[in-house]
Amino acid sequence: MIGDQPKYKTSYEVDFVIVCSGAAGGVLAKELSTNGFRVVVLEQGPYLTESDFSHDEIKILQEGLLTNHPELQPNTFRKTVDEQAKQQRAVAYGRCVGGTSVHFAANYWRFHENEFKERSKVGAVAGTGLADWPITYAELEPYYTKVEWEVGVSGLDGASPFEPPHSKPYPMPPLPVKCSGVIFEGAARKLGWHPFPSPLAILSQPRQGRSACVNCGFCWGFGCEVKAKSSSLASVIPMAERTGRCEIRPNCYVYRIETGATGRVTGALYFDLQRNSHLQKAKAVILCANGAETPRLLLLSSNRHFSNGLANSSGLVGKYLMLSSAGRTVGLFEHPLNDYKGFTASRVLHDFYELDPQRVGFYGGGALDARFSYTPYFFALSGLPPGTPSWGTGFKNALSHNFSRTMDIHSSGTSLPVEKNSFSLDPDLKDAWGLPALRMTYRDHPDDLKLVNWLNDRAL
Amino acid sequence: MAARIIPTDGTPGAREAGVIYFIDRALKTFASEDQGIYSEGLAKLQDRVHELFPGVDKFSAATPEQQDQVLTSLDEHITSFQAPFRPWPGMRDFFETVRQHTLAGFLIDPDSDRGGNRDGLGWKAIGRDREHAFQPPFGYYDTHYKGWQPVSEDRRKQ
Repeated sequence: MIGDQPKYKTSYEVDFVIVCSGAAGGVLAKELSTNGFRVVVLEQGPYLTESDFSHDEIKILQEGLLTNHPELQPNTFRKTVDEQAKQQRAVAYGRCVGGTSVHFAANYWRFHENEFKERSKVGAVAGTGLADWPITYAELEPYYTKVEWEVGVSGLDGASPFEPPHSKPYPMPPLPVKCSGVIFEGAARKLGWHPFPSPLAILSQPRQGRSACVNCGFCWGFGCEVKAKSSSLASVIPMAERTGRCEIRPNCYVYRIETGATGRVTGALYFDLQRNSHLQKAKAVILCANGAETPRLLLLSSNRHFSNGLANSSGLVGKYLMLSSAGRTVGLFEHPLNDYKGFTASRVLHDFYELDPQRVGFYGGGALDARFSYTPYFFALSGLPPGTPSWGTGFKNALSHNFSRTMDIHSSGTSLPVEKNSFSLDPDLKDAWGLPALRMTYRDHPDDLKLVNWLNDRAL
Repeated sequence: MAARIIPTDGTPGAREAGVIYFIDRALKTFASEDQGIYSEGLAKLQDRVHELFPGVDKFSAATPEQQDQVLTSLDEHITSFQAPFRPWPGMRDFFETVRQHTLAGFLIDPDSDRGGNRDGLGWKAIGRDREHAFQPPFGYYDTHYKGWQPVSEDRRKQ
């Protein structure tokens, strides 16, 4: 934390309130404050720093130091709108300054040109609202380059034939290859595919006062103790703080956006750590509270002028929820990979990114990457093959043998926009602050399931 | 119990890694809400010993084979158990609670303030080096990696 940041009074009308400080909020805080605006960032979680980012799996993963709390902020889940939603953890996200960018795996490839105009290319997909983006890759390209250079992304330009055009190469070479990457690269090339070094938001060289990655092995799910992971916390938030115009205010749980007599936004209401309520006045409020909490906040802000919630004259707030489909194929090898060393994924391939629906029989596409994402205690809990004893000599032998010899091939694929898949407010369940809980309604589109199986088959 | 969940055989087990000290500490700190599960569970454990082996005074006096039989009879998940990816809240029955605490006490970062994984013996047993910073080559398969080789242009399709 930079010490000399301003402390705005809540009654002082700042130019912008930004709700949350993750990948989007951090970048906006930096852009607005460096352009002369007065900004308050309201982050619901604490302001943790590198000294808090231990390798203690109980504190970080089990107690969830970095994430939303499933009991204080419960969710409900149902598959269809006809069902009664039951309490179940539906979303896990970063709840600290820097948001989910603090603990993400840091895969950082760009979208392909095709993704912005898929509707025009493949036509309508039954049961979905598939649409083109209102912008093109070419329009976005300068910003991809800007963010890669400002936050710090490692990668190898031109290594993938499927990569969209870059106006500038990556600012740093790729991170070292892991054993999982060597095996994946060799096997994929034999099959005629095109694996390449994963573009990662992790520093491979020291940069702007931050250390290069030391390959500690506690990466995905953990915060980086040497600032090598290019989270908002490590990269753009310090830039915003150095302007002297941006206040990062942690432990502020925004629960309502206020509007005035003219229907314009006047500020954000939040609970502080003691659950006292405050109104931070602002000329404008920007919601960067991820795909779950942003619609929840818009819906929580309904009033007599906006009975459906804010920004919801279409009735579509929270609807057409798209997750990312994911599959996992596990491999066990003869010799130690020691894939626990390093970061998550060192090789990825995009050969199946734009599949032809006529040929494969479904819509979709995605990436495969080679990774190992376990830490020791969680590997013992859930990393062994089904049917392995869960205690005793057989368990210990399997654990001792497999931990250093296991790798995964992970698929990340499309998820189609279906109107009934949504976030909404639960009519019954309340969180610890008395606010309606987040309710998720989600059923995979059949094509998404076909895609996961198709990619898993390729991974095998 | 911990010594049967992760036994000492060719390599150190829960006993050498000081797991019971980790659990003692856990029950006074982050897992204090589990004290009841332990006090009720330990009583049930002795009952089960007397039930299965009438001549045996207590669990610790039973042979390892007898102890395994007692624990098997208490393990409600033995056939179907698949640990959730990120268990929260944990399984709340006695055996599973002790099992998870034993695993944690064996494998937690030895440099954390939890007091488990004494001398890094748990990590040693599973083949994880004690350090928190590494340089390639990391393992067997990257030792002879020749570096990134671009694919020749004619094999590329755009």
